[in-house]
Amino acid sequence: MKDIFFKVIGNRLFWPLVMLVALVVTNAVAVPGFLSITVNADGNLFGSLIDILRNGAPTLIIAVGMTLVIATRGIDLSVGSLCAIAGAMACSIILTSPDPNNIGTVTVAVLVALALALVLGLWNGMLVSVLGVQPMIATLILMTAGRGIAMLITEGQILTVQSTPFKFLGSGFIWGIPFATVVAAVVLALVALLTRRTALGMLIESVGINPEASRQAGVRARGLLFLVYGLCALLAAVAGIILTSNQTAADANNTGLFIELDAILAVVIGGTSLNGGRYSLTGTLVGALVIQTLITTVYTVGIPPIATMVFKAAVVVVVTLLQSPTTTAAVERWRSRPKTAQPSSRPSEPAVAR
Amino acid sequence: MTTLDAPQSGISRVIGRVGDAFTSPKSGPVLVTGVLFIVMFVAGGVRYNGFFSATTVLNLLVSYSYLLVLAIGMSFVIISGGIDLSVGAVLALSTIIAAKGLQIGMPPVVVIVLILVSTSILGLLVGLMINVFQIQPFIATLAAMFLARGLCYIIAKESIAITDPFFTSMAQPIILGPRLSITASVIIALVVLAIAVWVLQYTRFGRTTYAIGGGEQSGTLMGLPIARTKVLVYVISGFCSGLAGLLYSFYTLSGYALTGVGGELDAISAVVIGGTLLTGGYGFVLGSALGVLVLGLIQTMITFEGTLSSWWTKIFIGALLLVFIVLQKVLTSRRA
Repeated sequence: MKDIFFKVIGNRLFWPLVMLVALVVTNAVAVPGFLSITVNADGNLFGSLIDILRNGAPTLIIAVGMTLVIATRGIDLSVGSLCAIAGAMACSIILTSPDPNNIGTVTVAVLVALALALVLGLWNGMLVSVLGVQPMIATLILMTAGRGIAMLITEGQILTVQSTPFKFLGSGFIWGIPFATVVAAVVLALVALLTRRTALGMLIESVGINPEASRQAGVRARGLLFLVYGLCALLAAVAGIILTSNQTAADANNTGLFIELDAILAVVIGGTSLNGGRYSLTGTLVGALVIQTLITTVYTVGIPPIATMVFKAAVVVVVTLLQSPTTTAAVERWRSRPKTAQPSSRPSEPAVAR
Repeated sequence: MTTLDAPQSGISRVIGRVGDAFTSPKSGPVLVTGVLFIVMFVAGGVRYNGFFSATTVLNLLVSYSYLLVLAIGMSFVIISGGIDLSVGAVLALSTIIAAKGLQIGMPPVVVIVLILVSTSILGLLVGLMINVFQIQPFIATLAAMFLARGLCYIIAKESIAITDPFFTSMAQPIILGPRLSITASVIIALVVLAIAVWVLQYTRFGRTTYAIGGGEQSGTLMGLPIARTKVLVYVISGFCSGLAGLLYSFYTLSGYALTGVGGELDAISAVVIGGTLLTGGYGFVLGSALGVLVLGLIQTMITFEGTLSSWWTKIFIGALLLVFIVLQKVLTSRRA
């Protein structure tokens, strides 16, 4: 019984899930009807939970890419700037075209934005893998210069677009479910399939655990790094387009501001260590949901929204302290204490099993 | 190679020494930054009227004294192999505490002490999180950044003007000569710089900081007080951020929750351009000061140019960062 208890507590998804459940319960108590989901006249789902899923989609999409980057012992700080660049690119193409409502125009705009982000992601990958620059610094360059590039594309303006197909990307519904949520789900499923059903995930983890050993084992770290940074940038662009479409405007300064921090938080709350190695996409999903639910909670409970950041800080501190090696060791000591202090119910078990 | 045939003549020995200094990972980037600063300054002087003057340099110091203090704190952290993302938010928190405290009638001395103590305590908490709970500096300081920024908004949403006579007197220029003036902030920043240089180069604490960045394991085996130093580094960074916030509120005479967004990036960029290795262990505070001046000079030149839009600043800084990071890479890999 006690073993099961510790096994559950020891699971790295335990504390994030507790946090998520606590937040949802707080909301359900504070706001009657929080858990209810209604279907409106158009057959679309509405409700607070749906809002969480929709507004959390961009963070989740970026966090999925970030998980893989962090698994290789890297980090990508440039995703927020990439969001702004992708949004600016798409909007400027749509604005300069004669027919903004044409689906073809929007498709071209989105594809060009994604391609541009992919190129920038490969640039990050090049700095990290070929030049061997520390990931935090390599991506810091694009984080700083990226907003300038986005400004260059928008020429310092906030580009407002009136385009029905483009608006659909951020606020449309498909089979009654918000389109952004569907995109996030597809991204999560695809990346999970790609990395967990093939050896790719294991190779990524091996690069993160010990780059030198994996190189000697014949793992081509260089290609893998290009892949993860490229993918992360691509996903950042997807999120950026959703964000831009939701606001129907590209704002080079504010689109995706601080989203890299939210994404990294989601990954860390989900139990993936910043030291690289083992990663958990399920954990990232839980982490992203925790963050979005937290933001929603702050709104619904009636705390001024500006206080969100203090709560985020509190969540980060609590979760990371609970997951920290020191705490784990303390729990471990506490767990084995009764064995020496008083006769255990399982005296025959060898101490080595601990 | 030049050192091998050094006995030949004095001149070749000097050339060899200079070559060595430029290609050493320790001093190379700093020297390159120094040369860059001079080249930019001369180029600016050739291109624009009234650029090549002491006024320009003094104006740089007046406008960027807060960033200098921020970069000094960041240098300690980066030399020890860590990173501090909270400095921009702590700077904002400090300006807000100053403005709000003065607004509700606290005497300036109390406000200043309150700011410096509270930001140092925040740094202490971050340091303890990193040292005791082994949480990565990135995450711990990220949490501090959120906390500080959130507290700013809770204390005051709007910008608050500072009318206190002591603060306004600090904002007054000190005339040094015709068209030459500085503010008290410049003197404070330079004093902090001098203290930082002394601490890092000539004290046991400073050497331990370098040792942690060079290799924490070796430092522990040598019996150095690693834990204490690691925590203290973040206390220093917190203190410097608080002081930088004070200087910023002297400069702008207001407190606002959104000041210093991206301040941590400016500080990190200045430190990197100043030649401090991001993996820790190498670097000079004076280099960071040069880095701040180079960043300021870019801004000034873009202002002088007039036709270039402000977003080019970000692109230039990004490009410069790239150049210096590649330079560091090349220099360290050759020595390794």
